[in-house]
Amino acid sequence: MDPYAALIQPFVEFGFMRRALVACLALSLGCGPVGVLLVLRRMSLVGDALSHAVLPGAAIGFMIAGLSLVVMSVGGFLAGLAVAVLSGLVARVTPQREDASFAAFYLISLAFGVLIVSTRGSNVDLMHVLFGTILAVDDASLLLVVSIATLTMMVMAVIGRGLIVECFDPGFLRAVGGPGAILHLAFLVLVVMNLVAGFHALGTLMAVGMMMLPAAAARFWAGQVAPLAATSSAIAFAAGYGGLLLSYHASLPSGPAIILVAGGAYIVSVSAGPRGSLLTRFLPRRHLEA
Amino acid sequence: MYSLSRRSFLASLAMFAVATTSPTWAADKLKVVTTFTILGDMVRNVGGEHIALTTLVGPDGDAHVYEPTPADARALAQAGLVIVNGLGFEGWIDRLVKASGYKGRVAVASDGIAPLKAQDDHGHSHSKTHAEKGKDHHHGELDPHAWQDLANGRLYVANIARALAAADPAHADDYRGRAEAYDRELVALDRDIRRRLDAIPADRRRIVTSHDAFRYFGRAYGVRFRSPVGLSTESEPSAKQIAALIRQLKKEKTRVLFVENITDPRLVQQLAREAGAVIGGTLFSDSLSGPTGPAPTYLDMFRHNVSEIAKAFTS
Repeated sequence: MDPYAALIQPFVEFGFMRRALVACLALSLGCGPVGVLLVLRRMSLVGDALSHAVLPGAAIGFMIAGLSLVVMSVGGFLAGLAVAVLSGLVARVTPQREDASFAAFYLISLAFGVLIVSTRGSNVDLMHVLFGTILAVDDASLLLVVSIATLTMMVMAVIGRGLIVECFDPGFLRAVGGPGAILHLAFLVLVVMNLVAGFHALGTLMAVGMMMLPAAAARFWAGQVAPLAATSSAIAFAAGYGGLLLSYHASLPSGPAIILVAGGAYIVSVSAGPRGSLLTRFLPRRHLEA
Repeated sequence: MYSLSRRSFLASLAMFAVATTSPTWAADKLKVVTTFTILGDMVRNVGGEHIALTTLVGPDGDAHVYEPTPADARALAQAGLVIVNGLGFEGWIDRLVKASGYKGRVAVASDGIAPLKAQDDHGHSHSKTHAEKGKDHHHGELDPHAWQDLANGRLYVANIARALAAADPAHADDYRGRAEAYDRELVALDRDIRRRLDAIPADRRRIVTSHDAFRYFGRAYGVRFRSPVGLSTESEPSAKQIAALIRQLKKEKTRVLFVENITDPRLVQQLAREAGAVIGGTLFSDSLSGPTGPAPTYLDMFRHNVSEIAKAFTS
């Protein structure tokens, strides 16, 4: 098979492949910096927690308006936001740790969601209906993902420096009068927005995977936060492109294919990245020893 | 994954909740539990006033991915007869029956039909679904949507009548009589559907739906159905399947796509946009609508689906 047919032709022939690729690009641009900051703040599992936390909102949306994707997404966003903000606030004003706080609130939210879904009697798997596959991204979903990526990058440009300082030295930020708690809450809003957009367009599995795997892989390639974010976005987009092609040529479901390519990038980074990987630890380069 | 863990969580919840509340049914009626609305409607037609019917998955619900509730386990524990579709449609029912402590007979309505095998070109998505659901789920092997052929529907009715008569011999004659009357309605509708669809040229009868629920309908009435995600609503398509489907739609000039009442319409909309086709409307496949909807009964579902299909081809 010639390279054109293997690498480019699927995107030329099929609109749904182009849409999926654009969605991957937008998602990787938004998720890159957000994921890196989550890793730096030791909140890597928050994405998973939030993917459960949106259920009651989606369920209430379903009860109000039936199978309306807009209402269910808005409900899911609000529920995720409530969990994120409450967890963040409790972690700030009490000695409770952030991860414990998230665990508590997402479990409450999930149980509430299951309760609503079950008492509603009739049952479509709401999460399944609400959160589609990347092959079915429509204009509305694409617009949503792109807008959120744009907004994320703009907000990050404004609050990014403060957030980084807060990660490494919250005492210093307080000492110079920086609004740590507000920055943190703004960041949590960004996390929820990126995740819900991702869920809506691509499914829960994909959205969390696109956010966390590239960010976790990036630390083996870069040291500063800006290069980390850029590396993370680049890995995410490469995984999206590679995963779509894999799904196309090998007839694999697209969501898992993309995440597994990102997972492969992570394994490669852990084993052979230039910064602190297994290779650099156990096989130090000769010329450095001399 | 996520929904799986939620399901097993509920199943274990169900085990604890059995027999916590007093029975609410009238004492002298046969308590019958069925799994989904289409089967429930048939059972109601055969059982009439002699049975108290509970249907686990309600209108517009999706029995592929249903999560049983404690109330379901309670209904099962108190049931005199349980009737299921079979063919692996309700993957969760065996575990629920066991959890509820129900000891009676589980009648399989699809007994004796000629089942269709799951199509090979959907194998990938099935193996995934299959692995997710564990051993007790056979959805990947046989197509369970047998009720979409009225000839099979007649067999369902006969099986239901036999099961009811065995469980409640005092009213056996009545069940038999009602089943015969209902059977005549099915036969009449079957004839009517054939007449309406025969008016459409055979090579134009090509339709795309969201999941593969209409293969029995297609076999019975000479309509070619295709779908992007295979038999279970739970599987995820690959880019290759979607691409192949689009190429085929363009080549065959298929112009009509339908969404179903229980699935996400976005994938079908995507297909329609790319292949230059139109969305013909909503078909009811695995679940009836509520009483005020367009398909409140099994017979109404056929009438609705056939008139949607006929309309799409004649406009």
